Parts: sequence; structure tokens; C-alpha cells
Amino acid sequence: MTTTAPVLSARGIEKGFFGVTVLKGIDIDLQPGTVHGLVGENGAGKSTLMKIIAGVYTRDAGTLAVGGTEKSYTHPLQAMRDGVATVFQEFNLLPERSVAENVFLGREPRRYGFVDTKGMTRRTSELLAELGIDFIDPTASVGSLTVAEQQVVEITKALSFDAKVISMDEPTAALADHEVELLYGIIERLKQRGVAILYVSHRLKEIFDLCDTITVLKDGALVSSGPASDLTTDELVRRMVGRSISTFFPPAVEGTAVGDVRLAVRGGGNAHIDGIDLDLRAGEIVGVAGLQGSGRTELAEALFGAAPLTRGSIALDGDTVTVPSPRRAVKQGIALITEDRKAQGLALNQSVLDNALLVVRAVFPGRTGAARQAVPGVLTSLEVSSRGTGQEVQFLSGGNQQKVVLAKWLATKPRVVLLDEPTRGIDVGAKVAVYQLMRDLAKEGVAILMISSELPEVLGMSDRILVMHDGRVAAELEPGVSEETVLAAATGTLRSSGGEVAL
Amino acid sequence: MSTAAVRPRRRVPLDSTLIVYIALIGVIAIGAILVASVGRNFFSEGNIRDILTGMSVLGLVAVGQTLVILTGSLDLSVPYVISLSSLLAAETMKGYSGNIIQGVLIALGIAAVIGLANGLIVTKLKVNGFIATLGIGLIVKGYLDTFYKGSSGSVPAEFQYIGATGIGPVPISTIIMLALATLVFLFLRRTRTGHHIYAVGGSLDVARLSGLRTAQPIIVAHVICSVTAGMAGLLLASRLGVGSPTVGSQGGYDLLSIAAVVLGGTLLAGGRGSIWGTIGGVAIFAVLNSVMSVMQVNPFLKDVVRGVVIVVAVAVYTGRVIEQRRARYGTKEVAK
Repeated sequence: MTTTAPVLSARGIEKGFFGVTVLKGIDIDLQPGTVHGLVGENGAGKSTLMKIIAGVYTRDAGTLAVGGTEKSYTHPLQAMRDGVATVFQEFNLLPERSVAENVFLGREPRRYGFVDTKGMTRRTSELLAELGIDFIDPTASVGSLTVAEQQVVEITKALSFDAKVISMDEPTAALADHEVELLYGIIERLKQRGVAILYVSHRLKEIFDLCDTITVLKDGALVSSGPASDLTTDELVRRMVGRSISTFFPPAVEGTAVGDVRLAVRGGGNAHIDGIDLDLRAGEIVGVAGLQGSGRTELAEALFGAAPLTRGSIALDGDTVTVPSPRRAVKQGIALITEDRKAQGLALNQSVLDNALLVVRAVFPGRTGAARQAVPGVLTSLEVSSRGTGQEVQFLSGGNQQKVVLAKWLATKPRVVLLDEPTRGIDVGAKVAVYQLMRDLAKEGVAILMISSELPEVLGMSDRILVMHDGRVAAELEPGVSEETVLAAATGTLRSSGGEVAL
Repeated sequence: MSTAAVRPRRRVPLDSTLIVYIALIGVIAIGAILVASVGRNFFSEGNIRDILTGMSVLGLVAVGQTLVILTGSLDLSVPYVISLSSLLAAETMKGYSGNIIQGVLIALGIAAVIGLANGLIVTKLKVNGFIATLGIGLIVKGYLDTFYKGSSGSVPAEFQYIGATGIGPVPISTIIMLALATLVFLFLRRTRTGHHIYAVGGSLDVARLSGLRTAQPIIVAHVICSVTAGMAGLLLASRLGVGSPTVGSQGGYDLLSIAAVVLGGTLLAGGRGSIWGTIGGVAIFAVLNSVMSVMQVNPFLKDVVRGVVIVVAVAVYTGRVIEQRRARYGTKEVAK
């Protein structure tokens, strides 16, 4: 390990949102010319730490020194000007503009007062060449590039600021395997230039391939920070997880019986997922784990007809069906509770009642009257606290909003319920209510598929666990497995007694 | 790692400006045949001059409108700025050639002030451009309706030459319009503000995070748009010999200019488009009008044709929108 002065040094970083502490006294040092891995489960605080370094968030306490000077960033551009650049998962690029125009946006080089378009193109070519890239045309529009190439553009933009530190947030999440090699090459070049790289990833293989130093975060606290050579995969996973499953998962309701197959998929696939074989049985809760971008949401969207399967077959209660649109899915008794309830689940400035009746009104207008009678009862049973059914849902808490979404789908009397991150961003009480509702539905013979990034939730609620990796089901696991096993399957490093699991 | 070899084959999208000009050639070809079928010559000097003249006023307005639309805003106040400008010029000139410069400066100056008001309302008060310019437009309309009952003022003969003469079949007014289009093209291509007009229209967040002052390009676009509308008003005054409080609204330049811009391949949401596309869109409208006049098509059918052209054009463009989420697997059976 070199002992040169760190180019970026953070001490005692703290950050809270709405009274919830998400970072507790984090220390991190980035050395020039090294790759520093930052790992932890979803919600461990990795993204928050990155955003503080990038100047997107301001810290509540602690110090941040860049090149030995104390800094306090309030805008990402200040950090960029100091050579602290960040490549976020969501690219900051204009798809309609050229590569060169994006790289120099806001700092277009000028000659005689006019933008020097030729110089801008030439300079961009030079920067790309420094990264060893010769196949991106600086005059091509960014929208015509692949995701991997767009990422290269982001890195080039960072380089054009003469970056000393580049943070990368899950840089390979959206890349295909062969594109990851390209990124490895670029990172090697950046290291040679003496750039310090903060590398956030869930993929442990990459962490060990690339990183010189690894920092582990858990629940907002620093677990360890040290040379990568001191760690093994198993040890790293243990440090990332290392806690007991919480006890607030309700047990199955008495009399719940796993019955016949309700939903069966054979060889299902579309542009985002492939080779899906799936059986959901009546009364069964199947958990789906996997990393962000592993195709979990895409699976739910495919089953719900939002992004229909283009190959393979679906059978509902034994009858082969097609699900070309969400409307058909609803008619066939499939419900999808989406990941983003504000954007996809609710009409925020409509009332609780209107939201709860939305799907019934649209798809089963004949049932509206009956549903209208039933809704208050459903809302009460879910313990929705609102000032009556006339209140606009935007004024409800996240948990109550989620309950309204659930009520909306219960009103359609579904046979199959797909839940995508059903407890994201809601408080513990509401979580328990959601879990209890899932158990009750299972008792009624509904088949349930639950996608979740929270491993304890997957392990605590599921009768069976599917782990997705790269758009395919990488493993099917029993509920008794450890978090480590699930994480290993999700990161593509699972070793079972039968040898390497096919990925 | 031979990345170039495994790179998926790139779909080469047709440049939208190119599509516009292909469409223009198609319209001219069909038009020429139709005109020939009634025993007239589409390519006669008189007909070409008519078409080019028809392009000049709408062209001026549409060039300005392009800038505003590129920023993601709209300008609905242009017809009233046109009328006001024609009146201010005619009343200042009072028929004397010595007053020409004064008249032009006052008309364009007031137009610029209106554009500044539009831009400030959109950027500082955060009022949607549609509403902001509708409101300002109504205020100007109110002024016109109250203080002018009909045509007013007069422009001197020298000024009328602008609208009446030409070089060969090309009217001076069209040359002015094309010169302005060239200037605006260079402005978009070679100035930072020009680049930033695309940036704020493409994504306000990306622009802000890249350190742009996002208000400035929007305000500049609105000022230029109003000034080009003012120039259109001057041109109409030179043609009519007087100022008129209704010349702008009768021409329907607000919606027609927006239609020409969109027909020219500029995204209504902003961020993508070109001046030459807009000129192509204006030319398509001018050719359609000319052909339909020669064919003596009834007014209802004229509007139907215009409407169909706009809708079909936009439908063609939206078919080319970029896929947001990249495919991981092909849509067909994957070879194992």
C-alpha cells in the first residue's frame, strides 16, 4: 500500500434525512492511482456517501478535504471544478446532442468569441484516445450510442475537468458482460493517470478484480476499511450482512394451503429477460431477489403485460393465455403493485376513493357500484389513516399511500398478485400491515410474487426464493437459506455442492 | 478486447432535416404534376416568386419560433407583436423616407421589450411558456383593439420597395428572411448561448448540473423570437403601405409558425431541431398553398390538407423516438 497523501479525505461524515440517520461517522481516504471499492447492502448508505462527496447532498457533520484543503460543496459543479467527478447511474447527458457537445456542455471552447466546434471535436477525440477509445465518433449524437458508450462519454466529461477523483455508482449495472471488459480497460488507464476511483458495486467479483482497498458499510456505519488482499468473498459478504433477521414477519395464517399452480410460465423472455420458467401456486408467496438491474421489475412487467413476453407461454389456472397489455392482465386477474407508487401507482391529486376505484372503473365498470360499497371496509381493514375517502392521496404518508395502492388492486379481486418493492420507503407499522395482508391473501388462495431488495424481507416472507441475475433466474432457493447464499447467487458467485450454478 | 467487433450494429437514423427536404421535393413533384394537369406551369417565374413571397413572412416568424421551441417554451404572442410592429413603424414613418430608420428601430425595440417580458415571465415567475405568451399576447391585443379601429399611419414608397421588388424571381423579403435564418443558424452553431438553447430544452436538470445559467438562453430565445416577429410586421407594413391592427392575427402566425417548426422536425418539447428544417417546413406550406390556389381548391379542403400534413409529419417523427431502456436480449428466440 502506498503511503502518499490521500487526494480526498473524509472524516466523521454524518447525514440524516427527516430525522433518520443514514450515515454515522464515516471515514474514507482515496489514494491517487488506486481503486477504492465501496460495498454494502441496499440502504447501507453507499449512495448517500457518494452524493455527499459529489456535492449533491450537504453533510450534517464531518470534514471533507480535497488535495489537503477543507471543502464544503453545495453544488456538484463546485466539486467538478476541484476535480471531484461522479458518474451516476442516471447519466447527465443530452441524448439529442453530440458527444463533444455533451463533454463540453457549459464550457464550450471559444475562438474569437465563437464556439470552436472543430477544436471541441478534436479535444474530445484526444480525451477519448487517452482512455483508449477509438470507436466513438465525437460528432455522433449521444442517443445513438449504447449504454456502455454513453458511460464512456460521462467518464470523458469527468476527464475533461481534469478529474483527480472519479466516483462510479454501479457502473456495470446496465452493461452487458462484454462491455464490462471495456470499463476495466478504462479504469486501468485512469489509474495510470493517477486518478483515484471510488467504485460502488454490488458485484463482488468486480470489487475483487478492480479494487485495491475495500470499505464496507452497513446500516450507515463503517464496518471495515482495508486492503482488498486481506479479504475473501465469504468474509466480505459476512461483513456486509452480519445481522439477524428481524422478527416482525408474521407467520402464515392458519389453514393456508399451497394448492395448484395458478400461474405458469415456460421459456418466457423479451428484450430484458430470458429463459423464464416459473410456477406460482395458489396460497404461495414467492420472493424474487436480485440486484438492481437484474431484471426483477422487468419480470413483473412482462407477467403484467406492460412489456409483454415475446417468446414462451403463460398459463393461468391451467389455461394458456396471452397477456399483451396491462388491461388484459387485469381482466385475467393479475395485479401489479409497482415499485414507484407516486409515479406509477397513484393519481396523487385525486381522492383516496377515486384512486381505490381507478382500476375497477377502467376495466370492470359494471362492478363499480359493488366496489364503491366495499372500499371503505377494505381501507379500514388495512388501517388506512386518512381524513375520509375524499382526501387527496398526496397528503397521506408513504405507508398509507401504499395501502391505497393495495386497496385499488384488492378491489379487482385478483388471482395473482405481483408486488414490486411493496415496503419501500414506508414505516415499520405499515410494513407489518403489508406483510399481514400478503399472508391473508395467501390464505384466500391468491398466488403472490414479491420482488424485494431487502433480503430479510425476502427470507422472512417467502415460501420459495427466486434469485435473478442478468435477466435470468439464476437460482431457486428454499426459505431457510442464509442471506449470504442469496447475495452470492445475485452477484453471480454462488458455489453450491453441485459446483458452479449455471448463470 | 476487440470492443469494436462485438459492438451491436448501430441503426443509422435519417437526419430529420433530410426527411423534411425529401418531403419538400415530394410535395413539389406532386404539386408540379397537379398544376400541369390544369394547363399551368409550376416552375414559371411568377409562380416561383409567389411561393418565395409566401415563405418570407412565415419564415421570419418561424425562425424565431424555432429558437423558443428549442428551449422547450412556446410563443403565442407573435401575431399581436406583428400587428403592433406594423402600426408603430407606419405611424412613426408617417410617409416620410427620413423616418424609416426611426420607425424600424422603434418597432423592433418594442418587440424586443415584449420578448424580454415573455422570457422573464417564463424563467423568473416559472409560468409555462404557453400561458405566459398567451397572457402577454392578450395584453397587446387589448391595446390594439382599444386604440386602433383600422389601418393607421403610412410607410414611404422607399420602404414599400422592400416588399415589392426582387432580384430575378427572388423577392428582397425572402432574401432578408434567408439571411436572418443563416445568422440564427450560425448563432445556434457557433455561440455558447446557441448551444445552451439546445441544452435547456433537452433537459433543464442536465443543463443546471452542468453549471449553465438556465434562464439566459430562454430569455434570449424569446427576445429574438419577438424581434423576428417585429421584422415580419415591418415586412407586412411595407407590403400594405399602412399599419394594421389585425394583420398578424388574420395570418394566424402563432399556430402556423409552430406548425412549420414542428413540420421541420423540431421536437415540440425542445432540445432537438434545426433552422433549415424549419425553412423546409415553411417551404412545404408555401408550396401547398400555391398549388391549392392554382387548383382553386375550396378553403375547407385547404385546411384539411394542412391539418393532415401536420399530423402525418409528427406521426412520422415520433416513430423515431429513442428507446429509453436498452434491450438485454433480442426479441426473437435466443440461440443457446
